[in-house]
Amino acid sequence: MKKMRQDEIFADIKAVFPEIQEEAGSGAAVIPKDLLLKVARYLRGEPLAFDNLHCVTAIDRKEKIEMVYILYSVSKRRALTLKIYLSPEDLNIASLASVWRSADWLERETYDMFGVVFSGHPDMRRILNPYDWKGYPLRKDYTHPEFIPKPRL
Amino acid sequence: MNMSQTKDIRTEEFLINMGPQHPSTHGVLFLEVKLDGEIVVDCTTHIGYLHRSMEKIAENRTYTQFIPFTDRIDYVASMNNNLGYVTAVEKLMNLEVPERAKYIRVIVAELNRIASHLIGIGTFAQDLGAFATPLFYCFREREKIIDIFDRICGNRLTYNYMRIGGVQFDLPKGIDETIKQFIAYMRPKLDDYDTLLTYNAIFLARSKGIGVLPKSLAIDYSVSGPNLRASGVRWDIRKEEPYLVYEKMEFDIPVGVNGDAWDRYKVRIEEMRQSLRIVEQALGALPEGDPTVKAGRIQKIAPGEAYMRTENPRGELGFYIVSDGSTYPYRLKIRAPSFSNLALLPELVKGLKVADIICVLGSLDILMGEIDR
Amino acid sequence: MLTALTFIFMLTAAFAVLGFIAVSAMFLIWWERKVSAHIQSRFGPMRVGWHGVLQSIADAVKLLLKEDIRPARADKLIWWLAPFFAVVPSVMVFVAIPFGRTLVPRDLNIGILYIMAISSVCVIGVFMAGWGSNNKYSLLGGMRAGAQIISYELPLVLSIIAVVMRAGTPSMQKIVASQGSCWNIFHPDMMLVSVIYMISATAEVNRTPFDIPEAESELVAGFHTEYSGMKFAMFFVGEYTNLFIVAAIATTLFLGGWHGPILPPVVWFLIKTYALVFVWMWVRWTFPRVRVDQLMAFAWKVLTPAALVNLAIVGWLLLKR
Repeated sequence: MKKMRQDEIFADIKAVFPEIQEEAGSGAAVIPKDLLLKVARYLRGEPLAFDNLHCVTAIDRKEKIEMVYILYSVSKRRALTLKIYLSPEDLNIASLASVWRSADWLERETYDMFGVVFSGHPDMRRILNPYDWKGYPLRKDYTHPEFIPKPRL
Repeated sequence: MNMSQTKDIRTEEFLINMGPQHPSTHGVLFLEVKLDGEIVVDCTTHIGYLHRSMEKIAENRTYTQFIPFTDRIDYVASMNNNLGYVTAVEKLMNLEVPERAKYIRVIVAELNRIASHLIGIGTFAQDLGAFATPLFYCFREREKIIDIFDRICGNRLTYNYMRIGGVQFDLPKGIDETIKQFIAYMRPKLDDYDTLLTYNAIFLARSKGIGVLPKSLAIDYSVSGPNLRASGVRWDIRKEEPYLVYEKMEFDIPVGVNGDAWDRYKVRIEEMRQSLRIVEQALGALPEGDPTVKAGRIQKIAPGEAYMRTENPRGELGFYIVSDGSTYPYRLKIRAPSFSNLALLPELVKGLKVADIICVLGSLDILMGEIDR
Repeated sequence: MLTALTFIFMLTAAFAVLGFIAVSAMFLIWWERKVSAHIQSRFGPMRVGWHGVLQSIADAVKLLLKEDIRPARADKLIWWLAPFFAVVPSVMVFVAIPFGRTLVPRDLNIGILYIMAISSVCVIGVFMAGWGSNNKYSLLGGMRAGAQIISYELPLVLSIIAVVMRAGTPSMQKIVASQGSCWNIFHPDMMLVSVIYMISATAEVNRTPFDIPEAESELVAGFHTEYSGMKFAMFFVGEYTNLFIVAAIATTLFLGGWHGPILPPVVWFLIKTYALVFVWMWVRWTFPRVRVDQLMAFAWKVLTPAALVNLAIVGWLLLKR
């Protein structure tokens, strides 16, 4: 089993989906939002065989929300990070629960914390906060009477 | 009653709430179980009772100030959590750690793995009804480990021992003698567990074949740690992406065959044996030097991001840190192993009996502090 | 004709037995805590009296003073009666147990049959507790207890019949007398019978590995979840009294009752009974719990056929003689 190097993986994906760009610094693959499901299905299958969706999270960059998907391949020993940039007005993205089962709870947590709605998710509800909580805690503009930011050191 | 009459007898489905307070949901977990007699038809998990918004707090603390918080993510294996966090920050900073600190980190992390597995096994046996006896034996062993940690860093449960770039204190004098005595004491005790519990007919009847997790499902759900290895996947971050000095250590990875509850239990016992081996080797190869940190307590890290995963006793603990050039992290994501492990539960218990829910839950060895953060 | 003297004797015997039951139950509760503690490498009660001997008295006082909480929608009469149904049959059994050569309250000529019949009433108490509490967990516990006790009655009685066949009479004193030369357990055809009896009796008194009705980790406390104070104390004392009874019956049927050299017979009886109780406690703190369907399968598919086969063997051997 030949180990594919990171640039080989990139070349493989770029051949199929030319819109993918490599982000400088982190080495992640940036893909446009509407291609997510297709790319995910492609990565899941052979020969790349990314069978493990390890982590789904989001970063609030104020002008945009950065979605981060960290993928691993247990069988082929590879790693890949996917990034998608969403604009704050349109926080809607396809759910990957049909591709990887672990996406179920990970996406629920991202919805709970950031308000990103995953269309096609079987059970889009909050998971860590109470079900009737208002607001999305991990956004940078989140306020709550009991939350007092400390002065910067 | 003839057959046509029995067809019309309806049995009602029965809803039981297990939790949030319950003698055997490890921590505050709420299970809504729909039963048909004794058979489980459906099970819904509700979590979040221990949510302390650690990720939001992290955006308001310096990197060093956050270390005590990492203790409380998985409070049973604090050293491993500390380790995961500081190695992630060091990866972000590209910081080198002194050799002695690496070996010390390995020693305490492996000792904590043993302590954590002891709790996992003790509570599992208790849930199956071996009322308290194996649990007391496990805690007796765990006392010795905690005493060692008490001498090293002054704490018994939440250690706050690691620092970015090293550890907080050097090992006290004479601790390697104590650790060697502990290893010699612990080895026959693990054989005792085998005699008492592992091959006991009732224990086998209760846990063999229960909650079978097939390989593909385990990988699909991103299960990790002993649960994954019990399903037959030989995957251990300490061997795949070695950190600290694990590539210099000789140890085996125990792998199960069927992926049932008994395999998960057996893998944990075997992992304890391997951890003892690692501690022995690390003690023997401990270099001289100063493992404490000389740099300041406030780190200003250049913008960037890093993801680092380490092998926690419960699975792969991942820290994803994004920095924006200031002294506080911009975003800190904690990828907890038990979060993905618990997502499996409704799938595994369909068709089993009520008693088996507890068995499966105990064998997954989850910790609510990790899941809820 | 009931003379005044006979009546006084009967009353004395009744009070003596009740007194013995009370003291014995208290002793067993303390002893269980000490045995479990030492098996788990800890000490157990140490403060109240020398090594905690007076702990049971302290617990009894506490339970007496506790508030009696009744669930709002519990079925009043059934809920209230249940503890009595659990305790009174256990006390009634003591009529026929032979403590010594002449120390038996009444040597019934249907001895063991009477004991089996009366002790079967206990299951009604358990089921009433489960139903009357208006609580899903208690109901589950009560139903499981009912199923368990009734299933294990069969191997229990079959194994006892084997002994009765051998002795030729169900009278307890006569069974003991028939073991004058050799205890029953040393006869080859009785060995399997005694094992079957021990296992069935463990299930009858709801002890681990068959303590499913009170399976703490699943059902909180099973059928006695909703009981507090004196009612809970009655269930508790009933459980330890039952333990003593099955040990006493095992001593009588298999270990030669009060036979033994030098020491007075009653002392021998007590030694043998408490030795068996210790074995039961030892087993409790060693093994995990069996699952309810495994329990049923074991009773119906393993124990009952074994007891039947053994019965046939004993009968055949008797015919040969």
